[in-house]
Amino acid sequence: MPRLSAAQRHTIRFTLNGQPVQGEAEPRLLLTDFLRHVLGATGTHVGCEHGVCGACTVQIDGSPARACLTLAVQVEGSDIRTVEALAPAPGRLSILQEAFRRHHALQCGFCTAGILMSLDAFLRAQPDADEAALRDLLSGHLCRCTGYAPIIAAALDAAARLRETAHA
Amino acid sequence: MDSPGDKWVGQSLPRFEDAALLTGRGRYFDDCGAPPGTLHAAILRSPHGHALIEAIDTAAARALPGVAAVLTGEDIRTSTTSLVVGVKAPMECWPIAVERVRYVGEPVVLVVATDRYVAEDALDLIEVRYTPLPAVTDPVVALTPEAPVLHDGLKGNLASERRFRYGDPEAAFASAAHRIAIDVTYPRSACTPIECYGVLADYDPGEDSYDVFANFQGPFSIHAVIARALRVPGNRLRLRTPPDSGGSFGVKQGVFPYIVLMAAAARACGRPVKWVEDRLEHLAASSVATNRVTRLEAAVTADGIITALDWDQLEDCGAHLRAPEPATLYRMHGNMTGAYAVRNVAIRNRVVLTNKAPTGLNRGFGGPQVYFALERLVQRIALTLGLDPLDVIRRNLVPTSAMPYRTASGALLDSGDYATAMETALREGRHDELLRRRDAARAEGRPYGIGYTAVVEPSVSNMGYITAVLTPAERKRAGPKNGAQATATIQCDAVGSVSVHVASVPQGQGHRTVLAQVVADELGLRPQDIRVVTDIDTAKDAWSIASGNYASRFAPAVAGVARIAAQQLRTRLQRIAAPLLNVPPDDVVLAHGKLHARGNADNALPFARVASSPHWAPGTLPAEDSAPLRETAWWTPPELTAPTEADEVNSSLCHGFIFDFCGVEVDRVTGQVRVDRYVTMHDCGTVLHPGMVAGQVTGGFAHALGAALYEAHSYAPDGSFQTGTFADYLVPTVMEVPAPLILHHESPSPFTPLGAKGVGEGNCMSTPVCIANAVADALGLHDVSLPLLPATLARHLHGAEPGAPAVAPPQGERTLRGEGEARVAAPREKVWAMLLDPEALMAIIPGAHAIQRTSPTAYRAEVTLGIGPVKGRYRVTLSLADLDEPSALTLSGSAAGALGFGQGRGQVTLREADGSTVIAYHYEAAVGGKVASIAGRLLDGATRVIIGQFFAALARQAAPRQPWWQRLLHRLGLHA
Ligand code: FES
Ligand code: FES
Repeated sequence: MPRLSAAQRHTIRFTLNGQPVQGEAEPRLLLTDFLRHVLGATGTHVGCEHGVCGACTVQIDGSPARACLTLAVQVEGSDIRTVEALAPAPGRLSILQEAFRRHHALQCGFCTAGILMSLDAFLRAQPDADEAALRDLLSGHLCRCTGYAPIIAAALDAAARLRETAHA
Repeated sequence: MDSPGDKWVGQSLPRFEDAALLTGRGRYFDDCGAPPGTLHAAILRSPHGHALIEAIDTAAARALPGVAAVLTGEDIRTSTTSLVVGVKAPMECWPIAVERVRYVGEPVVLVVATDRYVAEDALDLIEVRYTPLPAVTDPVVALTPEAPVLHDGLKGNLASERRFRYGDPEAAFASAAHRIAIDVTYPRSACTPIECYGVLADYDPGEDSYDVFANFQGPFSIHAVIARALRVPGNRLRLRTPPDSGGSFGVKQGVFPYIVLMAAAARACGRPVKWVEDRLEHLAASSVATNRVTRLEAAVTADGIITALDWDQLEDCGAHLRAPEPATLYRMHGNMTGAYAVRNVAIRNRVVLTNKAPTGLNRGFGGPQVYFALERLVQRIALTLGLDPLDVIRRNLVPTSAMPYRTASGALLDSGDYATAMETALREGRHDELLRRRDAARAEGRPYGIGYTAVVEPSVSNMGYITAVLTPAERKRAGPKNGAQATATIQCDAVGSVSVHVASVPQGQGHRTVLAQVVADELGLRPQDIRVVTDIDTAKDAWSIASGNYASRFAPAVAGVARIAAQQLRTRLQRIAAPLLNVPPDDVVLAHGKLHARGNADNALPFARVASSPHWAPGTLPAEDSAPLRETAWWTPPELTAPTEADEVNSSLCHGFIFDFCGVEVDRVTGQVRVDRYVTMHDCGTVLHPGMVAGQVTGGFAHALGAALYEAHSYAPDGSFQTGTFADYLVPTVMEVPAPLILHHESPSPFTPLGAKGVGEGNCMSTPVCIANAVADALGLHDVSLPLLPATLARHLHGAEPGAPAVAPPQGERTLRGEGEARVAAPREKVWAMLLDPEALMAIIPGAHAIQRTSPTAYRAEVTLGIGPVKGRYRVTLSLADLDEPSALTLSGSAAGALGFGQGRGQVTLREADGSTVIAYHYEAAVGGKVASIAGRLLDGATRVIIGQFFAALARQAAPRQPWWQRLLHRLGLHA
């Protein structure tokens, strides 16, 4: 483990959505601030900065993680995916994103990036997840707009369609 | 996507907003960047509920590299004017504390620095010396003569009192068969959008003007309040909003005091200043709904008909009366009889100030408080008279034949068929089956209850309703206020494509999609052909005081005025096309992207050609149509008149109807409430977009469920704020929110262009009391207060828990108690000496940086402690007393830092045992400030850990050091 000095900025390099990126940060800089304000990747949102709301969820080496509880220096050398990476091409949406649109599973959309990142990782790991498992996963996210029912509907729909495409 | 013949309005189109929001391309406040050179602000806030500010030492903060300015209340006071206060009372309202703090979280010092991290570092270096004052958090206690007074000019804490009388309530009560009353309290909760506040402000000294970018939601009447506070005319305050907003539910109206602060800071620094609120700041000090104490009494006939209501409402607006308060108390003024035809009404309204955060807009705005009393009373009437609650509701509903119906206090209920909606709900919601379900559960001994509510949901506020807080004479002096101006602008550009702008500031409701549908219908285009812009720039856009996104005004007012603007544009297009098609203008039909002659679709012109013609060939057009096509429509409903001499107030334009019923089961062991089934019937007039209406209902329902079961802004008696994180302020997750069955019965409003009424707030009014009625039914409770926490209900189920002696905490803050023992392998004298030696203590006290002996028995130290998520520096003073060398002493101390303060006392005894010393201690401590707000749950554990660390370090330091091989053997568990 390299020793970092609190008073110094350090160069951090990692892969963001398939592209190598780098920037400078003091050891105390949160990953959310690094992504949003140093790299300009503003799709990841900040709702509480204490790990409860889930808005800041990103994937670090394939696993969902709270970017607000992660220091930028911790992800040196990692592979990070954020909401900006989910769509297959500009102007198109992924199956999961499409399902959210179809079911009106977002209103303000502020919580959505985190929810998508959790679901994306989860459905890849557990394509057969049932409603109870999806609820369990989504209980780590707060949404103040939708009342959750459309989010559950979208997640179930996306899971079913992903299974179909997998079998096709 | 095409819709020949059909209308786009009424279809659940996918939202145009979503593609950007789903791909991380939203443009929320903090995504929009800031000009080069922008400085970042952080705010030091009060840790006390009530205290005098004796001194603020900012020298160290100013000296920190990167800090541009440190501004106190005095600095802000010299460059701004107090925010206007909505009642006639000798009282000021500053966005930052001046001389005195009145609630935990009140801004005290503003630091502006090169980045937010540096600004927060500087906060830690500021020393504020407070003299704590007694605080009052209970609105009833605040009215007593002994209560501490918050605002000296007021003499007491009563900020406003008015009495109203409609019909002849005295006679109705005198002749009533029954007088049935209920006393209720409604707690504080807030809608907590996931995005917090954000402000970016700049000042141009050359023009003496401010440019502000903020996620403000309206009403834009507040623009006048901000400009006045900044001492500029309105045209020197340019207020802009970002394209997207991360939710508001009313709350983002409350960003305006921070607009004043940041604008003043930008002026002081000569640079743009940006501030983003964090969650603790949001929970402690943004915009919370009022708590209210209500006594409501009804005069009732033998068969349950209510002939009069007597309201006594005590509204707690917190520490300051901040605009538009006390509007929460008056928003429902025309609707104090709910869905019922009651002609005689008496009302006493009082507004009181307490040491809690100032209140403001939150979804439901005044409705939850009113209906909690009214619908609890209806259940009480049924129980008292031995009637079915449904029959009490039925017998009192406003009859359909009476629509539009003028309520006793002045509202004009626009339309509705309440009885049919209710019976439909009972049928389609399978009410009889629910009754059987309750019977079956009860037969098994499971507490199961059913609740009902009937509610009128007002929307499109009359901008004049708040003046009902003034007497008719005061109103006359101030000039009448009324109306609700809405505006929309539609224009065709050089290639004839259509853009729409409205002054609406959506917060996630999909306004752009609905507006495209509305305009597409009028112009014969497809929604995707139309671009809609909804953010506001007060320097360039059409707007008025009612602009913004609140009071459920979008569908009835904003979408309606967009239709009017589209119709105006259509009329002009018809006039331009008529001579070219050789038909009268009325026979020009707009459909499928063309203008064609009625009955002859082949005699047609492309829409784009006609729409662009004034740009390219104005000379070919008659003079009145030669200007490019740009229509701005304004609409204000004539029904929204000013309050009358007799205080009748048509407080809102539209009135939706809601009838809810639900079945709940209370866990016999834990007291947890499970909503088994929830049915909600809505009459919101014409439904413009079923998907979005469903979204508004389920979203509002989730907010309401939170308010009913979990959420409460919690204060200790001394004013300490205890719910500063999402781990303390419990917002429902997907695990807690069931999907309600949503039903509709459409009675279009005759007063709105599209027949629509508001729908977003109704469940916040109907659901909390519906659940409360069901729980009361399940447990046979007389009184119910929210939130319905398991701990509270468990008391009803099992009786109060024995034990727990009621010891008054030292100052009412979060109190900690503990005891323990530690064994140190050293003689008593040595341990004793260490406790009295600063050098030794320095090594022992966890996180101590500097320790000084200020007298033979007193120390001062700087200590860094981490408690849960918060690590901070504290200035600690310790003193030793009752010294009984070497066997006992009393240690008292206090700690204060940016994160909070505490004081405590511990008794320590030292006892010899086999050559070592056993140290026994017990302590009692009280903690307040930020650390109590955000780490309350963790304090006990953290304190134990810290004290454990102290004694472990003491044992380490005191014990003679063993040779390395002994330590190794010891670690391996082998004793030599
Ligand atoms: S911002 Fe990270 S969990 Fe809320
Ligand atoms: S869509 Fe607004 S918080 Fe979830």
